[in-house]
Amino acid sequence: MATTLSPVAVDEPKIGGGGPTIVPPPRDGWGDGRPDDHRDRLRRYRIGMFFALAAVVMLFVSFTSAYIVRQGIGSWSDASARYVTDWKPITLPPVLWVNTVILLASSFTLAMARRGLARKLQASPRRTAKPMPAPALIVDQQHSVPWLGITFVLGAGFLVGQVLAWEQMRHLGIFVSTNPSSSFFYVLTGAHGLHLLGGVLALAYAGLASLLRKPLVTRFLVVDVTALYWHFMDFLWIYIFALLHFAR
Amino acid sequence: MSDQAHAVHAHAAPTGFIRKYVFSLDHKVIGIQYYFLALVAVFVGMFLSLFMRIHLVWPEANLPWFGHIKPEQYLTLLTMHGTIMVFFVLTTAPQSGFGNYFLPIQIGAPDMAFPTLNMLSFWTTFVSFVVMIAAFFVEGGAPISGWTNYVTLSAIPSAGPGQGLGEDLWVISIAIFCVASLMGALNFITTTLDLRARGMSLFRMPLTCWAWFVTAMLGLLAFGVLLAGGILLLLDRNLGTSFFVPGGINLSGNLSFPPGGLNPGGHPITHNGGSPLLWQHLFWFFGHPEVYIAILPGMGVASQLLSTFSRKPIFGYKAMVYAILAIGILGFLVWGHHMFMSGMSPYSAFAFSVMTMAIGVPSAIKTFNWLGTLWGGRIRFATPMLFAIGFVSLFVSGGLSGPFLAQPVLDIPLHDTYFVVGHFHLIMGVAAIFGIFAGTYYWFPKMFGRMMNETLGRIHFFVTLAGAYAIFMPMHYLGMAGHPRRYSQLTEVNYLHRLIGLQEFMSIAAFITIAVQFVFLFNFFWSMKKGKKAEKNPWEATTLEWTVPSPPPHDNFGGVTPVVNHGPYEYSVPGAAKDYVMQTDPATVTAH
Repeated sequence: MATTLSPVAVDEPKIGGGGPTIVPPPRDGWGDGRPDDHRDRLRRYRIGMFFALAAVVMLFVSFTSAYIVRQGIGSWSDASARYVTDWKPITLPPVLWVNTVILLASSFTLAMARRGLARKLQASPRRTAKPMPAPALIVDQQHSVPWLGITFVLGAGFLVGQVLAWEQMRHLGIFVSTNPSSSFFYVLTGAHGLHLLGGVLALAYAGLASLLRKPLVTRFLVVDVTALYWHFMDFLWIYIFALLHFAR
Repeated sequence: MSDQAHAVHAHAAPTGFIRKYVFSLDHKVIGIQYYFLALVAVFVGMFLSLFMRIHLVWPEANLPWFGHIKPEQYLTLLTMHGTIMVFFVLTTAPQSGFGNYFLPIQIGAPDMAFPTLNMLSFWTTFVSFVVMIAAFFVEGGAPISGWTNYVTLSAIPSAGPGQGLGEDLWVISIAIFCVASLMGALNFITTTLDLRARGMSLFRMPLTCWAWFVTAMLGLLAFGVLLAGGILLLLDRNLGTSFFVPGGINLSGNLSFPPGGLNPGGHPITHNGGSPLLWQHLFWFFGHPEVYIAILPGMGVASQLLSTFSRKPIFGYKAMVYAILAIGILGFLVWGHHMFMSGMSPYSAFAFSVMTMAIGVPSAIKTFNWLGTLWGGRIRFATPMLFAIGFVSLFVSGGLSGPFLAQPVLDIPLHDTYFVVGHFHLIMGVAAIFGIFAGTYYWFPKMFGRMMNETLGRIHFFVTLAGAYAIFMPMHYLGMAGHPRRYSQLTEVNYLHRLIGLQEFMSIAAFITIAVQFVFLFNFFWSMKKGKKAEKNPWEATTLEWTVPSPPPHDNFGGVTPVVNHGPYEYSVPGAAKDYVMQTDPATVTAH
């Protein structure tokens, strides 16, 4: 399809086109089905994920600024003749600590899953995008730890843990409308949980891709960008936990 | 998703009707879908404004669908006119419509970076539009709280008709729109960064691409903030939280959040209410960049066209790029100038005021560079060029009242008057619409393979330009005379009596301007079928979209990888055979 391309060694691709004077060696930004174009696709998906995460950052920055502003609002009290805050600090359910450990562990297992797939990808001959039926690889698949499955379970476990935390709060009579502190607790954990659910679904897709015998490259791409997303969700959770804990 | 994205490049064009025209992955089809969505929306929004203009002057008139417009119905018209125009026209057509169609072609890519995501963004936007229109048909009708949706009016369901289910639909629609815009923005950014053809360096991109890129950045960083505000507002409205709703508001005898009271779930309330100003901050942190989301693509189109039709390179290409970036960055630092009336600290107001006036600098750079481009050019007054010049004219006229309003001491008396209505309609409304018209007349041959009728185009241009000024210029005088905005009927007010004649003049101008839009509509659809066949490059322009057939093939370049050797504005190059050098011409063509 791309007539000007020749099978010369491709340098490490740089982002975008070349400068006005140096025309870079032909590289495939076209995803036109050349067998070894996965590095281009990988870069494209990573850039996309990076900017998607920038949008997620803005969402949580907004929640955080609303949190700080709402916490600081005073209303006039005739009794004490000054502005008083109505913010009542909440006690976080202890199960959140367990959930945090589970989530951190899932980041580790996902990193292992990604690494395993990367190794497989390197081992598979170039010039084909199909999963290799090479015996060595099949043996490898059978004996390696199912890191992807473990990550999926841990991610789902975290979500169940978060629901448990909600149940504990409700049990104590702390609902979303009880106090702004509890409103923000539910908003922040809920928004984070929904985002992580997206990551869990992506992992499910990656697992399904394996069953559907999708190309190894595709599975690697999905796992790679999901890992980027997942580690970020890890970091985001620690940030939210710290905010709820220290700025209560 | 990756496999579909992969497939769209690797395989032949889809043949089934659904894959080809409805759930298409082709950025060109998606661009046209966005354009038609905006076209429907703009006519809906225009008719809402028509009813408002009639009611303002002849409040007793009997209108179809409405009969006599009640004050709350007037507020519904005002709210939905603003919302539909800002979100579904000014955000949708220039960025998502033209950007989708032409960004990939202009940078030499076969499609957007993520075609499936692209399709999803369009259909999500479509759902958002349907939800918004549905607000008209639910009990109580559409909301009355303005496109800025200020709390407390927007947060309390009993605050008025339309503030019940209609308002919930409004917030949900906008939240969906935010998600759609975020998906679109990250697609635009990735495409620009990653899919440029060989030789297409950042500083060889046409200014349209720069404008779309910076606009996408603004969208990416702004829409998440509105989404957050919308989520909190929905919780306030439906679950009894108090992010925005203050305590002690008297709702037909009942106080909001009474001490010792119960919330909707039946649990005791342990708070005193939130801050309506928090909504304003979240809204305007989005809302001001949104203004630039509407206008930047128009600036890109104007730059492109002024250069092409003056047969001259754009004056100060790099300065234009840096000016777009400066406007984008400053646009995030000035949201407070919409809130001078909120009782903010004079020190904050001063800071916002200074930052706002600083935007005058890059805006002036752009304006003078446009004039510099025209200066001494061999100008071809085709319809697209007329609209591009009209854009510059409206941008200056609408922009000059900006520094007035940027000063708190002037903004406070003018803020709730028609002065502000005139200001933002000229610069954000009509100027941006002129950018859309310019783009339509310019790119129509590429999109549909036929030329639009020039005579009808000229009639459309001159009447619209004169009409727009006749409608919106007098608003500045109304405002200075103290005519407040947002009121449904002030014909009985004594001190405004002498202004009724002016209002009548504006309404008649509006009728004529609206009528001539049907000339455009006729020209558009007639030319699609019967227009003169378009050449590959009817305007003798230099950018990549003019190197391919009209309309372009499925993968834009027919399987050839374009290589770029020139900048985007090489007109009248000394020593060259023609008066323009295409970006893909061999490097040896120029003399420099």
